[in-house]
Amino acid sequence: MGAPLVLLLVLFLVYPVGQLLLLSVYGDNGFTLAQYRQLFASSVYLDVLLITLKISLVTTLVCVVTGYPIAYLISVVGKDRKATLLFWVLLSFWTSFLVRAFAWIVLLGRNGVINKTLVSLGIISSPANLLYNFGSVLVGMVNALLPLAVLTMLSVMENIDRNLPRAAATLGARPGMAFWKIYFPLSLPGVAAAGIMVFVTAIGFFIVPALLGGRRETMITQLIIDQVQQTMNWGFAGAISVLLLVVVLIVFAAYDRLLGLSTMTGTSTPRNATPSRLSGPAARAGDALLTLLGGISDRIILLLPSRRRDRNPDQAGMGLQAFVWTMLLIISAPTILMIPLSFGTGGLNWPPQGFTLHWYETVLNSPVWTQAMLRSLLVGIGTGLLAMLIGTPAAFLLVRSEIPGKAAWLAFILSPIVVPRMIIAVGLFYVFARMGLVGSAVGLVLGHTVVAVPYVVMTMMAVLRNYDTRLDHAAQSLGARPLATLRFVTFPILGAGMMSSFLFAFATSFDELTIALFATGGLNATLPKQFWDEVTLQVSPSIAAVSTCLFVFMGLLIFVAERLRRRAAAR
Amino acid sequence: MVSSSLRIRELCKRYGDFVALAPTSLDVAKGEFLTLLGPSGSGKTTLLSLIAGLAHPDEGQILIDDADVTHSPAYDRDIGVVFQNYALFPHMTIEDNIAFPLKMRKVSDTEARRRAAEALETVRLPHVAKRYPRELSGGQQQRIALARCIVYRPAIILMDEPLGALDKKLRDQMQLEIKRIHRELGTTIVYVTHDQEEAMTMSDRICLMNAGAIEQLGTPQDLYFRPRSVFVADFLGESNLLSATVRGVDGEGLDIVLAEQLAASRAVGNGSRFATGEPVKVMVRPQNLVVGEGGQLSGRLTDVMISGSLTRLYIAPETAGLPQLVAAHPTRSGSAPYEIGQRLSLGWHAADAVAIHDGKEI
Repeated sequence: MGAPLVLLLVLFLVYPVGQLLLLSVYGDNGFTLAQYRQLFASSVYLDVLLITLKISLVTTLVCVVTGYPIAYLISVVGKDRKATLLFWVLLSFWTSFLVRAFAWIVLLGRNGVINKTLVSLGIISSPANLLYNFGSVLVGMVNALLPLAVLTMLSVMENIDRNLPRAAATLGARPGMAFWKIYFPLSLPGVAAAGIMVFVTAIGFFIVPALLGGRRETMITQLIIDQVQQTMNWGFAGAISVLLLVVVLIVFAAYDRLLGLSTMTGTSTPRNATPSRLSGPAARAGDALLTLLGGISDRIILLLPSRRRDRNPDQAGMGLQAFVWTMLLIISAPTILMIPLSFGTGGLNWPPQGFTLHWYETVLNSPVWTQAMLRSLLVGIGTGLLAMLIGTPAAFLLVRSEIPGKAAWLAFILSPIVVPRMIIAVGLFYVFARMGLVGSAVGLVLGHTVVAVPYVVMTMMAVLRNYDTRLDHAAQSLGARPLATLRFVTFPILGAGMMSSFLFAFATSFDELTIALFATGGLNATLPKQFWDEVTLQVSPSIAAVSTCLFVFMGLLIFVAERLRRRAAAR
Repeated sequence: MVSSSLRIRELCKRYGDFVALAPTSLDVAKGEFLTLLGPSGSGKTTLLSLIAGLAHPDEGQILIDDADVTHSPAYDRDIGVVFQNYALFPHMTIEDNIAFPLKMRKVSDTEARRRAAEALETVRLPHVAKRYPRELSGGQQQRIALARCIVYRPAIILMDEPLGALDKKLRDQMQLEIKRIHRELGTTIVYVTHDQEEAMTMSDRICLMNAGAIEQLGTPQDLYFRPRSVFVADFLGESNLLSATVRGVDGEGLDIVLAEQLAASRAVGNGSRFATGEPVKVMVRPQNLVVGEGGQLSGRLTDVMISGSLTRLYIAPETAGLPQLVAAHPTRSGSAPYEIGQRLSLGWHAADAVAIHDGKEI
């Protein structure tokens, strides 16, 4: 049952990436280290690596620190408020990186909202340069990855027993102490998982630094694009890929040493989490630090007016709520502020003027855009179906049967998430070029399925774990043959889960740029590729129109997916 | 009346090195109510899954009305199963749940609906047809699971701890309900439980299981009054187990000496053969331990518990080598209050003292 998936990954992940890595050490005259000599000959490439690490590290820190309160609030509020909060996080999560980066260009531009506001308030006399520096890249990166951090931490926090901090309170711990000594340590696996997910994704990013950064914020994946698109230097692109891959593997190895990779797959819950592998002095120091933090927090709480102190500890404080809503506003606002501009006659200058549908007409009348849109839909649906078809049986196999080396198989299936997308993309381009698949929809579907299928497998595994196999037994004891059991019982119950994993795969493909960047060739662009080509040429209001369409489309998709999920959960 | 007999021959199931069910043989007569009783891990659920066809045996045979069904799939066995957690299909209405087995048997839609309504009448829940399982209480879900099972008149019904999730009162009520349905339909029922009281009240026969094998098979009276082993005596109801040595055997009766006391006493055997000089356990049920003058033993009262209809006295015997004893009598109002530490004399009729082999050899 897992054979198609393994075949897909071997052909379109292992083989292409292997080829690319081999190319870095094989020249025209056999084995050579020339590429690596060039890589380390000047400080240029190492500097780029350092910049990449610096940007990624700062992004990770900001995402985790600001994401923690958001995830915490979502995990404690009631059902309705939770759905609202989650909607905004998900909307941001699913809005294309491209759309969000573009929105920041508009927002931070010389005639953007921020400059206009500051000038009109008289704080500055002439527009400041807010774009193309470290700050703008950081803002863009954090906006791009904060939702990921929140969702990762949330999955752990939701499993923390709400009674534990209460138990701590009955045992004499004040709120601050209860939080830092009980809740916080239990939420740490989520913090760590969020940290590594954000860091590894950030390392492989190119959209944000390319659109919002200057020359000094060049990141390592941009070098790979340059090597492939401008000089077609496969060997050197391979060498840079090796460097990138080594960095990512070191990060994962360090993570595994400290915390264990099992915390990442979400299979271990805090309730039975293995104790941290930090031992002896480190653990004692950590404990002492937490005690200190708890003590300080309680002192601060004692300084607050008594009315604040006596409120129900289960209710989130005003400060927390204000902070969370501010953060959600910051990550959603740019995209929303862009919408009125797309209907305006004044270009992308704030405030919007007049009303026109001109930009939408331009887009809809342009065959390039409409074909890109159609192609993206087609490839998205193809990816969704293929990923479901080969991912679901694999999930069945992993959950339902005892196969040797299950953990290793799972790691293999999830590896497309770990290997930087850029490396997969360049490797696929090389292999597709030789197979004549460049520019074809089939090639794109295959490539997108490789990166989407881990999500399908993970979603279906979660759904299957919750599925009570006794229902199948009941159906059989009542006279249902295996096919009837699948048709009347298993699939109807799993239906919502399957639909949402289809949507997940569809959305992944619909928003995919990295693979499309190369595999579409010069022609046959998908929507993100067309978007990218346009936005790197010029920033025009028609892009705002496209962004608005994408934003609304994704909003609808999440709304439908959430509905489905809730209907499934209600049973 | 539809019902079948069930025969099991040397049925055996292993998981790796673990023997879930040692080779076991068992006959269930047509229309019989047989209970598989035992602690968790005793193999009763394994045996049930094997009969239902939800697990496959390593060795042995299963015969339903003399037809070998050992290797038939579950859906071909004509066996009904009531699952521990009810296993109602969450995405179907109650009516659709009950009609499901009929639909699988290609019964026409109108006929299926009619029979589903009839089954709902039988379990006294005719008004819930259009609801979903999650909208019903635990007790109601239990009745629906029962209705779904009886609607297609299977020849044998298996029930896996069907009342385990219900509270005491509801459980008593459902026990009566199941007995009534059994009487009305005359179906053969194999019932799994770990609750000995439930087994005693409901069964024609009890099959007490322990560590993957049958410990004793018989009527509730057999098991209660003539336990074949210490395990049975201990598992079914409360019992006082006193170490003793056989001094003489005459027919059913035995001369024994209790513990280190060397006081002679009388007991009856549990049906197996005893030899003079053999160490035995003598079982006296709490209600047969009479508090009064001139008993075989004396001890000090350590605790009194009144649990509704019964008053239990916990007594530490003055004789060395005997465990704490429990005596029970119906709670009466107005009787003289007991005092902790008070000295009591204890006795029993020889017919109420049952000798059991000490150890497992029979």
